[in-house]
Amino acid sequence: MKLQTDLAIDVKNLQKYFGNKHVVKDLSLQVKKGEIVGFLGPNGSGKTTAIRMMCGLLTPDGGEGKCLGYDIATQSDEIKRKVGYMTQKFSYWEDLSIRENLDFVGRIYELSNRKHLVEEALENLGLTSRSSQLAKTLSGGWKQRLALAACMLRKPRLLLLDEPTAGVDPSARRDFWEELHALAAKGVSVLISTHYMDEAERCHSLAYIAYGNLLAKGTAEEIITHQSIKTFNVSGNDLMPLSNRLKDYEGVEQTVIFGQSLHVSGKDTNLIQQALQKECTEKFQYESIATSLEDVFIYIMKHSTDNFGESL
Amino acid sequence: MSNRFFHWKRWWAIVIKEFLQLKRDRITFAMMIGIPIMQLMLFGYAINTDPKHLPTAIISYDQSEFTRSFISGMENSNYFDIVKFSQDQQQAYEELRQGKILFILTIPADFTRKLLRHEHPTLLFEADATDPIAVGTALSSIDPIQSMVIRKDMNGPLAISNSTSIDIRVHKLYNPEAITQYNIIPGLMGTILTLTLTMMTALAITRESEKGTMENLLATPAQPIEIITGKIIPYVFIGLIQSSIILTAAHLLFSVPFEGKLLHAYSVILLFIFVNLTIGITISSLAQNMLQAMQLSIFYFLPSLLLSGFMFPFLGMPKWAQYVGEFLPLTHFNRLIRGIVLKGNGFLELWPNIWPLMLIGVLTLTIAVKFYKRTLD
Repeated sequence: MKLQTDLAIDVKNLQKYFGNKHVVKDLSLQVKKGEIVGFLGPNGSGKTTAIRMMCGLLTPDGGEGKCLGYDIATQSDEIKRKVGYMTQKFSYWEDLSIRENLDFVGRIYELSNRKHLVEEALENLGLTSRSSQLAKTLSGGWKQRLALAACMLRKPRLLLLDEPTAGVDPSARRDFWEELHALAAKGVSVLISTHYMDEAERCHSLAYIAYGNLLAKGTAEEIITHQSIKTFNVSGNDLMPLSNRLKDYEGVEQTVIFGQSLHVSGKDTNLIQQALQKECTEKFQYESIATSLEDVFIYIMKHSTDNFGESL
Repeated sequence: MSNRFFHWKRWWAIVIKEFLQLKRDRITFAMMIGIPIMQLMLFGYAINTDPKHLPTAIISYDQSEFTRSFISGMENSNYFDIVKFSQDQQQAYEELRQGKILFILTIPADFTRKLLRHEHPTLLFEADATDPIAVGTALSSIDPIQSMVIRKDMNGPLAISNSTSIDIRVHKLYNPEAITQYNIIPGLMGTILTLTLTMMTALAITRESEKGTMENLLATPAQPIEIITGKIIPYVFIGLIQSSIILTAAHLLFSVPFEGKLLHAYSVILLFIFVNLTIGITISSLAQNMLQAMQLSIFYFLPSLLLSGFMFPFLGMPKWAQYVGEFLPLTHFNRLIRGIVLKGNGFLELWPNIWPLMLIGVLTLTIAVKFYKRTLD
């Protein structure tokens, strides 16, 4: 029982169908109190659908679960009141000013000290002087920060953030993550979906889903170790023909070009080394490197079946 | 064949795509097929600028071969439908005020005696001239009827040469000079309110969906009834402003007399605004996008315009079209506002058109709340 109360999100075997497409399959996920969990996966993998089910915007077709102790199937009104959800697309009203948007949120959640909270939020954002500016005039990064501020206005204990940093510049993203960690330190739990690997590495733990299936779960190191993939880095010029040749070798499961270097990955170290010895002339140097999270995710994605295609 | 500006393969790809999209958008597809058919049926048969079978009451204090002949002449002209034949003057006037009948013919007690004595008997024709078009042609048929009666019945020794021996007095009530504006201006108010308010609110929810703000709104604890009624409130004020402008213009520019009470006028205006907004918001929760919402509101607006008695006399339409008209809020509002402005109607005379508006309002609001989607499913 003690364990359950420590979980901000605890969902089991969530299912969702859109027509005959099985969009979310048997998703089980736990987010502990004060934990930041990264939700990763390719486009269309079911991340947004899963998040929407957790905050009561979509009705699950199967499975069960709780958010902050409220049943996601029957207590969506409670969840809506207690959970902060930030949509993938900016969904505040562009024809309202920054202050009007925050005021709207304050009113709709019936916050008693709304005026004070709005002032505080504007101050934290550094937008007090621009508070009457229309939301549509804000740049992408500022829109995201406004959305997060609006989401945080009522100090929820759980944040569901759907790609909150898409299209945001690196320094704004860094600020954003500092804020998230500050919140987590205060006990706020966060489930955040992202495509950025640097962000994934900032999460306490990760969940990777593709085509509706949860494929990997754990900390970044755990996921990397679990996949036991060996990676070699080849440096040199004109890597494309080499990459194509290497792909034909048994044991070379993945080649990815990063500018002046080529990552060659596979499960069997010996097979890869044999291939590299044959193909690499003196123009290329190669060495064994630590497999990165990105290598692992690309590997997982390639080896998961696109079962969405079957139903079409 | 192929050049940079036009290539049949590209063109064909677009044609196929458009057909596929049209096929998927079933509502638009159904409306594109359905609307022309329905409009053809409705307006092709319903609109009648030469309205016939207008309800008429006869108050007769005299019954003779001649009065019967005159009355059957009226019926044979097809312009008049004798719906009441009594001596209850009070009740007949009441029904005229309520718009249930358009004419009252009063035959005085000494009609036959005077006619036989060639003493120019009088007949009193009272007409509800709020809508001049409706009564105009019917009234102009009276003269031929009386000459026919005299030719047929006054033969032999009774024959008289002077065919105008019956003195027909026509009283046009409520709009004695048959000024069309008197009828059009109050009617226009309802039409404008219908068009603007329905369309504005029809877009209210679909706009949220299209801008992506709906997801945010749904993630808040706001309830459907809050969102729906909250969204229509601003338009109540817009509607009141529109009505005030029209009422002022009616008074200042068109010198339309205002016989009733301002309080009555604003009460029914408020009720009508509410009904239109609930219809708009219902359209909004049924439509999947803004284009569909626009199409649906036009689909609602056209019959309102044409079958409500605004453009064409209501009682001149065929019975089935009148039944359709009874379901349109604008029909009731036209009667109410014309009754107040031109006839000075009070609450009791207004009530028969007030409760249908209330009923329509409550029903549509229920539908709107029921169809409002609480999730993104």
